[in-house]
Amino acid sequence: MAAFRNSLGLRSALLSLLIFAGIVVFWQIATQPTAGTGAAVDPEYAKLVGAAAATGSKSAMPTPADIGATIFKHLSDPFYVRGSNDKGIGVQLAYSLGRVLLGFGLAALVAVPLGFLIGMSPLVYRALDPFIQILKPVSPLAWMPLALYTIKDSAISSIFVIFICSVWPMLINTAFGVASVRREWLNVARTLEVGPLRTAFKVILPAAAPTIMTGMRISIGIAWLVIVAAEMLVGGTGIGYFVWNEWNNLSIANIVTAILLIGLVGLLLDQGLARLTRLVTYPE
Amino acid sequence: MERPLISIEGLARRFGETAVFENIWFGIERGEFVCLIGHSGCGKTTILNVLAGLDQPSDGTVIVDNREIDGPSLDRAVIFQGHALLPWLSVMGNIAFAVASRWPSWSRARVQDHARKFIELVGLKGAEAKRPAQLSGGMKQRVGIARALSIQPKMLLMDEPFSALDALTRGMLQDEVLRICADTRQTVFMITHDVDEAILLADRIVLMTNGPGARIAEIVLNTMPKNERRRNDLHRHPQYYAIRNHLVEFLVNRSKAFDREIAEGGYDPRRPRLVKPGLAAVNPPAEVVPLRHTH
Repeated sequence: MAAFRNSLGLRSALLSLLIFAGIVVFWQIATQPTAGTGAAVDPEYAKLVGAAAATGSKSAMPTPADIGATIFKHLSDPFYVRGSNDKGIGVQLAYSLGRVLLGFGLAALVAVPLGFLIGMSPLVYRALDPFIQILKPVSPLAWMPLALYTIKDSAISSIFVIFICSVWPMLINTAFGVASVRREWLNVARTLEVGPLRTAFKVILPAAAPTIMTGMRISIGIAWLVIVAAEMLVGGTGIGYFVWNEWNNLSIANIVTAILLIGLVGLLLDQGLARLTRLVTYPE
Repeated sequence: MERPLISIEGLARRFGETAVFENIWFGIERGEFVCLIGHSGCGKTTILNVLAGLDQPSDGTVIVDNREIDGPSLDRAVIFQGHALLPWLSVMGNIAFAVASRWPSWSRARVQDHARKFIELVGLKGAEAKRPAQLSGGMKQRVGIARALSIQPKMLLMDEPFSALDALTRGMLQDEVLRICADTRQTVFMITHDVDEAILLADRIVLMTNGPGARIAEIVLNTMPKNERRRNDLHRHPQYYAIRNHLVEFLVNRSKAFDREIAEGGYDPRRPRLVKPGLAAVNPPAEVVPLRHTH
């Protein structure tokens, strides 16, 4: 008993479970089928939302049990493909992940070297600052029409949108990390007559790595937020398209399932980068 | 003209109209340990940075081995005040980085073997894999010393290397530096504001007046033989108090009013006076007449 009282982890886990149970119970009560009034409804509406929901005897919101069944259904066969509008949720997630990783990877290839350059030169830092400050707060989706018009390919356009939203945090953090490398570490390299390239890779890069990785973690978080919206716009494939498609199908259970999975994947991406950040972080 | 290993000639540093220091001349002989003493703000660190090649003077030059220095060099190793270890590297990594910079063609194994020798020299055997954050202040400074020595430089430059350490650690490290420098006949230039440290370590002590417009006032020759300097009984040495009092008197009074001494004449900035207060204590000057009762 004393051990339990002393363990914050155990107590917080129990509290989490209680909150979860509370939500499920509240949800169950809120979506309880009520006695039908038997009022006549438009047959087309009844067809759309299901007879029970249309007559009011059952809520259009699925019960927790419905969600559970849907999640189980999706997870037991996540990777099927039956035509262009009927793909498993795993396939859709893989499309989104692929776009995010591609856009994010391209952004890293551009932002890290460019950020290095900006961070090394106070002149370039100040010259590029107004551009970065103006472009950074623009919603990445605002670039979408421009991308569609110039690239003329919706799939590449969504990758471009991911690129543009993940480039800023990485660029700014790399430049800041490089610019704030301690003077004395650079002096060590200078007194040892270390060349500029070796200094960049052996001193500046490891010194700035934690800041750069933090920028990457922010970027991937934003990219995962943006991909859902971008795929809703461009359609075709991806988890964002899946959500929009299920809205058109009025399948709330599928949407809730997708929301939970988007959250889970986002968490995994964030934790993965957090782990990488820890690898390059050094205590001073 | 025969030049010492390092010759500082007419060094000056100015910000606009005001000079931090001006017309600084002195030399350091091969194998000699020279300390520079002065109050904060007289530009001691700037002089050391110029010697290291990390800073440029407004005027004057530094000649090492008959060549004017034009930047940092592996021949002049710096031991930084804040140790300046790279925190993402282990003790071995930090020293190997320096060794590999000195001898780029060496194999990894050879670099590590060489680095290990110097880790043992400063008494850090067994701590090779530790990161700087896991070390105490004294151990970090030992790594800094090992790093500087490992590249086998022609001279060592130390900027108040022990000022951030507690008294006990400082004493131990001073002893070790004394031993290592005696063993390797290393040429050392060290900045300090600790009078006892200077007496313990230095062969000559360069005294600097207060800034702005700081100058070399005079150079004190440490006449206590090296083998008689031991930290524990330094204060029992017959010359100790004479040298110490001379240094303290300079720091407390003369350093801020040295212009008056210049006005009295006889001051040549190119050849600061060499004084030997230690000898004066042992052999009292002949002109001092003992007091005598007259009837």
